[in-house]
Amino acid sequence: MSSIRTRLFIILIAATTLIWLFATAWIYLDTKRQLQHVLDTRLMEAARMVGSLVTSGEIALSARAGEAPASIPLPEPTHVGYERQLSCQIWSFDGRLIGRSSGAPETALSNETSGFSEQEVGGEPWRVYAFADRDRGIRVLVGDRLGLRDRLVTDLVRGLVLPAIVVVPLLAFLIWASVGRGLRPLRRLTQSLKARGPEDLSAINVGNPPSEIRPVVDALNGLFGKVAAAREHERSFTAFAAHELRTPLAGLRTQVQVALAARDPEIREGALKQTLVAVDRTSRLVRQLLAMSALDAAAEDGEAQEIVVGPAIEEATASRTPGKTGIRVEIDLTLHQTTVRMNRELFHLVVRNLHENAVQHSPEGGLVRWLLDGDTRPPSITVEDEGPGIPEDEINHVTDRFFRGRHRSPVGSGLGLAIVDTALKRANASFVLRNRQDRPGLRAGFGVFLSKAPAGKLSIRSP
Amino acid sequence: MRILVVEDDAVLLDGLKVGLGLHGFTVDAVASCGDARAALATAEFDALVLDLMLPDGSGLDILRELRRRQDATPVLLLTAKDTVADRIGGLDSGADDYLGKPFDLDEVAARLRAISRRAAGRATPTLSWNGIELDPGRRTVEIDGNPVVLSRREFSILEALIKHPGTVLSKDQLADRLYGWEEDVESNAVEVHVHHLRVKIGRDAIETVRGLGYRLRSA
Repeated sequence: MSSIRTRLFIILIAATTLIWLFATAWIYLDTKRQLQHVLDTRLMEAARMVGSLVTSGEIALSARAGEAPASIPLPEPTHVGYERQLSCQIWSFDGRLIGRSSGAPETALSNETSGFSEQEVGGEPWRVYAFADRDRGIRVLVGDRLGLRDRLVTDLVRGLVLPAIVVVPLLAFLIWASVGRGLRPLRRLTQSLKARGPEDLSAINVGNPPSEIRPVVDALNGLFGKVAAAREHERSFTAFAAHELRTPLAGLRTQVQVALAARDPEIREGALKQTLVAVDRTSRLVRQLLAMSALDAAAEDGEAQEIVVGPAIEEATASRTPGKTGIRVEIDLTLHQTTVRMNRELFHLVVRNLHENAVQHSPEGGLVRWLLDGDTRPPSITVEDEGPGIPEDEINHVTDRFFRGRHRSPVGSGLGLAIVDTALKRANASFVLRNRQDRPGLRAGFGVFLSKAPAGKLSIRSP
Repeated sequence: MRILVVEDDAVLLDGLKVGLGLHGFTVDAVASCGDARAALATAEFDALVLDLMLPDGSGLDILRELRRRQDATPVLLLTAKDTVADRIGGLDSGADDYLGKPFDLDEVAARLRAISRRAAGRATPTLSWNGIELDPGRRTVEIDGNPVVLSRREFSILEALIKHPGTVLSKDQLADRLYGWEEDVESNAVEVHVHHLRVKIGRDAIETVRGLGYRLRSA
């Protein structure tokens, strides 16, 4: 498991160390260069000074061969660690050592006549500046050991690195602690999520979350809200369904009891017929409940297909609607030339429920007619019946689940139009529900939203 | 016993009408609040069976109106909503009893007898007067311990009279107890039934009060 804390810690420590190392390297190189420059200048000045002292006669040189070289006074070393920083030699042009500082080696520090050079003297590398005085015929050599220079730089760098070694663990601790502190809201969120039960869908409350966590909290709260709404919907649907099944079941039971108790064959037959009606109604209710929950549960809207409307309506309305006889059904010929792009199952469900609704509200011998209604935009596939229609104040409620209006049919469940509405929303189609103007009756149809789903557009094929 | 059933489900309404009829009740059946109000305005019922969810309102409205008028007619609520809260709400609105759907027809009949008995201030399930013993539940009549077989109408007349012994009930009042609206009543139907009843339980058990009606002979 990768922890944000560990990861942040490693990144921060690595970055800090890297920057530190880089800075140290930079300082090392830069210091070394500066030091070189300063020390070289010193060599040069010392050489010139010695030269001028010789010229002014303040330094007496041994003039003859075999005589010991004169001693040249140089500033005494100030630091214990860097003693004998400078050595000086004065050579005659003919190759005699005619003067040297104390501690300077007896072999020549350099073979150059002038300028800087590096040379191994007595097993040690030296940096030497040579200065030639042609008038007096001497060469002044001033040098220092490179080892000394390196030690200076090394000591300086050590002075930088040593505190770092002490500070890094301290820094590590601080980083660890502050990352932990920074992640505290996240931990609080985790704890609050861990602590809640499966039924608890209330919004998370973690005080005032920082802006990085707020989107997470908001998203989670949004999700909780959606789940709670879905569950509530499911719960109320189940309660409604159970409730709606009770009345037909009570009717069934009562009629069966009547049939059992009646001695009069006429009463018994009547009760059995009523039982049949109740069974039909109950099974229709169950079928619709299943259709409704299938619609609710379907995650996807299914694939849209080209459907020739006429035959599809014939197919969907072929099975007998229980409880009604003598209803005439007409399917307008234009529908046979009309195709619609829609999911076939949704189409079937919509047509079947609209048809059942129309048949159930029709009077004996009434006409149920399917037609293409060009008055609506877009044109809608419509069924009209000769029933009582829907009171205007109820027309907006008939698509509510389990709503049964004043003009209810005895076998209605209050689900049919709700199913149609849900299925049409799924199919991105509009539901057109109006009372007939020419006579009592209902026109119920569906068109397809052209703007929302170009794929679902209703097209009329010319014959 | 004449009762009014208010229920909007056609199958259930029919079942209650026929089934309670088999139990000896005279049943008027209506399917909406409006029809129930009309029925209550025109006739007197011994008990009311009331569904709660009706197309044009709630059965509870009918119940509250009834109680506001100081009408003490016993009311049995029959409903699909039977959570504890629903039951409490129903009973506190003035209902005498509460049955959740689906129910047993015999239980409905028994509860109707029970609430009407209690409404009449009786605790015993049987009615007796001068050696006549009538059991509304089992629908039996005994005279001095000997069982007598009565027709449905005869039983209803005797039941109505024995509930208020000594009180005169008019022919119209008796006819109300015997027939629902939809039944055609011959003008002399009550007289015919009283005549048959007298043959079975004794000629002088029922007194005719001229111009007023009938009553059971006092001891």
